[in-house]
Amino acid sequence: MSENYVLELEHIRKEYPGVVALKDVTLRLRKGEVLGLIGENGAGKSTLIKCCTGAEIPTSGKIRVNGKEFDRMSPQLAAENGVAVIYQEFNNVGELSAAENLFLGRPIRKGMKIDRAAMEREAQKAFDQLHIKINPKELVKNLTVGYQQMIEIAKAIQQNAQVLIMDEPSAPLTSNEVENMFKVVELLRKKGVSIIYISHRLEEIFRLSDRIEVIRDGEYVTTLITPEATVDELIKLMVGRELTQKYPPRKSCVNKDKVVLELKNVTGNGDKDISLQLHAGEVLGLGGLVGAGRTELAEIIFGAKPKESGSIIFNGKEINPQSPREAIDLGIALVPEDRKRHGALLGISIKNNINMPIYERISKLSVINSRKEKEIAEKYREEIQIKCPTLNQLVKNLSGGNQQKVILGKWLAADCELIIFDEPTRGIDVGAKYEIYKLINELVESGRSVLMISSEMEELMGMSDRIIVLAENRMTGELQKEEFDSDKIMQYASGITDGAKESL
Amino acid sequence: MLNANFLKQNAIWLVFLAEIIIFAIASDGTFISGRNIINISRQVSYYGIAAIGMTFVILIADIDLSIGSIITLVNVVCAWLMVAAGVNMWVAVAISLIMATGIGLINAVMVAAVGIPALIATFASQTVFEGVAYLISGGRPIAGFDSDFGIFGRWSAFDFLPICAILMIICFAVGSFILNKTYFGRYFYAIGGNEEAAELSGIRVNRVKYLIYAFSGFFAGLAGIVLLSRANSAQSTVGKGLEFDVITCVVLGGVSVYGGVGSMSGVIAGVLIIGSLTNGMILMDVSEYTQMVVKGLVLAVAVGIDCMSKKRRKR
Repeated sequence: MSENYVLELEHIRKEYPGVVALKDVTLRLRKGEVLGLIGENGAGKSTLIKCCTGAEIPTSGKIRVNGKEFDRMSPQLAAENGVAVIYQEFNNVGELSAAENLFLGRPIRKGMKIDRAAMEREAQKAFDQLHIKINPKELVKNLTVGYQQMIEIAKAIQQNAQVLIMDEPSAPLTSNEVENMFKVVELLRKKGVSIIYISHRLEEIFRLSDRIEVIRDGEYVTTLITPEATVDELIKLMVGRELTQKYPPRKSCVNKDKVVLELKNVTGNGDKDISLQLHAGEVLGLGGLVGAGRTELAEIIFGAKPKESGSIIFNGKEINPQSPREAIDLGIALVPEDRKRHGALLGISIKNNINMPIYERISKLSVINSRKEKEIAEKYREEIQIKCPTLNQLVKNLSGGNQQKVILGKWLAADCELIIFDEPTRGIDVGAKYEIYKLINELVESGRSVLMISSEMEELMGMSDRIIVLAENRMTGELQKEEFDSDKIMQYASGITDGAKESL
Repeated sequence: MLNANFLKQNAIWLVFLAEIIIFAIASDGTFISGRNIINISRQVSYYGIAAIGMTFVILIADIDLSIGSIITLVNVVCAWLMVAAGVNMWVAVAISLIMATGIGLINAVMVAAVGIPALIATFASQTVFEGVAYLISGGRPIAGFDSDFGIFGRWSAFDFLPICAILMIICFAVGSFILNKTYFGRYFYAIGGNEEAAELSGIRVNRVKYLIYAFSGFFAGLAGIVLLSRANSAQSTVGKGLEFDVITCVVLGGVSVYGGVGSMSGVIAGVLIIGSLTNGMILMDVSEYTQMVVKGLVLAVAVGIDCMSKKRRKR
């Protein structure tokens, strides 16, 4: 029984005022296994993890580490018992070296002095052990996200972690970095470290895990042996119903005669010499790696950042928006990547969020027409089916998918003709994704145009009518629908094209 | 309905009620005598008026430390115009208010256009305009106004209702209207909640900041006129430290120092609490220095409650 398991969470319940985040979740982790933990957003994965490390205190339930029973953990207890978490955000200090970060808070000393040489030696050993190539003297800010994550892992191992919990570890990484991370995970498993691996990406779960635990709405659903599970089954277990298609069908409604947006040699905000055309009723996908300059391009079009040269032609007229306000008044909208920081105004109501861009239009002498304000909010709540008890609910209390809908509602209310989506379904669970896709379809079917930035290859190919790929702030390729091919997109995205060579 | 939510939302008024009862008992009833209540309404009127502009500023998570200096400068300039330059009283008041609004705009230039943190920008203008007030007055009091000037601070309607209290009530009504009925109010909350997201929702954040600091300057100016009329003489030290009383009222009234949260009715309660606290302590013969200690503690506790509830919300 207990001897087989390094970590056991028994009937964990966690209540917040008014909400039950975890109802009754049990999780058992065997020595030297990788346990995939999956569930939709809001299913309670993060809360469960926080209970393991003492960041949250369970309302009831037991936690056993190596047979020792606890009612609650604390960060210190977790560390003493060898439980470590690799969060999505790292705790590295950019101005310090890799070695110093590894020994952050517990430096090796020689008398009063910090023994830098010893730290660098030990760091080298720790990195070698995990087969990672990092120069211990390198400042962390000069390292890529992938290597920074490796330092976090090395730090946990260096502190004798027996249980390693990884929360969406692949989210910030490029595909090469993901490969390296996989290798480290497999190495750790061989060394007998037990790992809980949380990810939205099911293919990763299949590749790495020995068993998969599914939770839904704060409740334990089931645990499966990985080789016996299928993707469809897992999705069904996570969502609680069957999803027949990933992308809703759409008849092409591209109006080739009407160019809504045209960029001619646009340079600025880091991007160089970008030219493209977007037609009415078209979804133009913008592919590429993170940092390729796609968000930067969106910011220029939306007036959030200035362009240096080139021209933007919108509906036949050259425009040069100096602020988001100007862009919105022209009919251009942006649904940003970071919903919580840039998209929704979390602390105010749904009604106010939807009306925010048009308050000046529904006011006389700056006094708001509150009847109109309510009507408009009500109209878009129905039209795009925002699920909420009342329109006065604060947006921060909505799920990710519903927050995204509120942002979209805002732009529909502002009557925007071109809507730029930056990672439209990031952090949104499987069921809500489908609804967002349906809304995008409705947008283009009503004659609007969509520019969609996406790092998810499947989404890019599933939703776009045409794809343009950026690499290192330049355009490297364009694919028509019939040419869609993930290898080709990856090639363009890594900048290996004739075009790129020419422009260099 | 006496449920938990009702209590939570109106806790501030309960504090006020408790305060009144305590002082009423401690002062053997003097505290709640008609005369003293009128007295309190006069005393709170000027920082009540100044608190409206400060509410807007704190709502966007900024701060305006210059209003004490604005009050001083308005005192000195308005008095100088009336006494030394012989300008008509109403013209002098109008010029003073325009000047106060202008100082607010200067603060806004520093904060919005240049990007100096509000704390530093308004601290700088506090120092500058305090100095200017001294330069104009030479540190000497200016007195000898028209008796009509008493309308702002000393006269009463129907022999009992101070005009300055009526003025404060009108100002609160205007402030509440701006906050709840106009789109500017919506913008204030949006910017206070998340400035970047507000900008990306089409709000011209910088323009709104100009408006907010102009309001803050204007209301401080009006408070200065009331104070000048009440004292009937301009002193170069009159506004010193007043910004702290005003900030205390606003924060005690539930306006979050993190921005985006707060209401005018809360601020009214905050003003009344601080006003009656000051008055009650004077009645009980508490020394000025002890009063400072108490007020400082009140500010710390008010902000402390705000910070703790923020921490709890985060968890």
